[in-house]
Amino acid sequence: MATLSYAARDSRTMLRRNLKKALRYPSLTLTVVIMPVMMLLLFNYAFGTALGSGIGASAAGGGAYIDYLAPGIILMAATSGALTTAISVCMDKTEGIVNRFRTMPVSRASFLTGHVVGSLIQTMASIALVVAVALLVGFRPDATLVEWLAAVGLLALLTLALTWLAAGIGLVAKNPETASNIPMPLTFLPFLGSAIVPTESMPTALRWFAEYQPFTPIIDTLRGLWLGTEIGSSAVVGLAWCVGLTLVGYVWARRTFKTGAKR
Amino acid sequence: MTVTRTAPPSAVDTTAPAIAATGLRKSYGDKLVLDGIDLNIAEGTVFALLGPNGAGKTTTVEILSTLIDADAGDAWVAGRHLTRAADAVRSAIGVTGQFSAVDNLLTAEENLLLMADLHHLDRREGKRRARDLLRRFDLSEVAGKTAATFSGGMRRKLDLAMTLVGDPRIIFLDEPTTGLDPRSRRTMWEIIRNLVADDGVTIFLTTQYLEEADQLADRIAVLDHGRLIAEGTADELKQRIPGGHIRLRFADARDLDTAAGLFGLATRDEEALTLQIPGDSSVSTLRAVLDTLETTAVRAESLTVHTPDLDDVFLTLTGQPRPAGTAAPTEENV
Repeated sequence: MATLSYAARDSRTMLRRNLKKALRYPSLTLTVVIMPVMMLLLFNYAFGTALGSGIGASAAGGGAYIDYLAPGIILMAATSGALTTAISVCMDKTEGIVNRFRTMPVSRASFLTGHVVGSLIQTMASIALVVAVALLVGFRPDATLVEWLAAVGLLALLTLALTWLAAGIGLVAKNPETASNIPMPLTFLPFLGSAIVPTESMPTALRWFAEYQPFTPIIDTLRGLWLGTEIGSSAVVGLAWCVGLTLVGYVWARRTFKTGAKR
Repeated sequence: MTVTRTAPPSAVDTTAPAIAATGLRKSYGDKLVLDGIDLNIAEGTVFALLGPNGAGKTTTVEILSTLIDADAGDAWVAGRHLTRAADAVRSAIGVTGQFSAVDNLLTAEENLLLMADLHHLDRREGKRRARDLLRRFDLSEVAGKTAATFSGGMRRKLDLAMTLVGDPRIIFLDEPTTGLDPRSRRTMWEIIRNLVADDGVTIFLTTQYLEEADQLADRIAVLDHGRLIAEGTADELKQRIPGGHIRLRFADARDLDTAAGLFGLATRDEEALTLQIPGDSSVSTLRAVLDTLETTAVRAESLTVHTPDLDDVFLTLTGQPRPAGTAAPTEENV
């Protein structure tokens, strides 16, 4: 019992540390927001007309291209959030403070829990900002409150999965630069899915990849929740990916932390 | 905070050692880093592990501070088994490593309060301890500055202060003065001495400087290629090193002859007209030599004192000089 309450207390201490730093040095958090916002503006205003007429209004549930585009871009806020997790975990490791924690009688889980929960809060705030910008430039979802909650829940679950993976990456990366490079493919993966254009419009090989990668079913589910397009099996597949990736990331990060982050 | 210890039932062994280890082994891949280390360190003493880079010093500290597991061997720290009671060991120790483990983005005070929170001290006690440590380490004025702005010496002090928040009984200091300027090094030595004198803690120190071990340690063990090749007090070790000597140079061979007759153990160099008298560089040794010269009216041209250094230790104990390239202060990860 005492162990459990200490674990909660230690995790809270670690969380407070991370949030304090995030508030004091907001630049890293801002990068997370700026990237998807730029993408949103770029694809909507620069390429929007061409892409919109190219894919046809049907794919976006009868609305404008911004309605097709927004869900995928909002998801990118989750992937770029993973970058900051990897960087901040790795910075702690290279600064040696992780090893200090590991020689102290603090709960083993608290360091990673603090980082993951902190990142989850930061990334969800970033996602809210990106959603706000999307609404400003014309994103018009017709979702009910329940559908909104489901969409937020799915994004939170995805963020959790990516954050645990990123925490593991931060622990194994040699330095913060490497830590910021390793998750890079993750931020590009949505482009090779249904984020910008429907997978049906892609060449066969790419299309096969696009349909079976984790982000496509998640984006399709978000699109369905917000705009009422067909969800089908995407919800189940998307959820399965989130839960699976969370488990893999969690087990891997915890094991790496326990066996010792090699400097 | 004083910790009352119950004495073990054995009548012979009244105090359990602070650190005891038998046969610690560790290898990374096919590289053997520690090849059977035995340790027995009494409570309230300073123990120095002396060795060049790559000897296995940091690995030893990492094992004893529960950071990594040994491949073989057993160890007890503060009377608790290292792996079977790791958390009990962790609550008795404090570790300050070679690279400062401070949070650069937090202020000095916040760093200390973070430690207080993680040691589950209540808020007021945490604040009090942080304030005391800041004062003790001369950091009060920069308490509100982020650690990123600190000099090397200040960071090392903050690092040690963070280690002390938990009131550890055993402190591991892994190369505490490597990379510090001479003045910061003296300050750090002073702090370490006071820790032992005021708080009665046990200190396990690693260093590549014989002088540092000599200055601080009650006992010194020399580590080379993962093996302890010598152990003893500083004086015991130095007696085994012929490198320490006083060298007298004379004007002519006649004076050299006379002097050689006076100092029995001396080795003479006819060409350079010098005489090497083995001994340390203490004032009493020097005075004895000078007195002998004066009473016998032998005139020496010059006198130089050669203090044994780590190179001498290694030359003597291993029969070979330190491996080339390891003398320079490079990063050490093993």
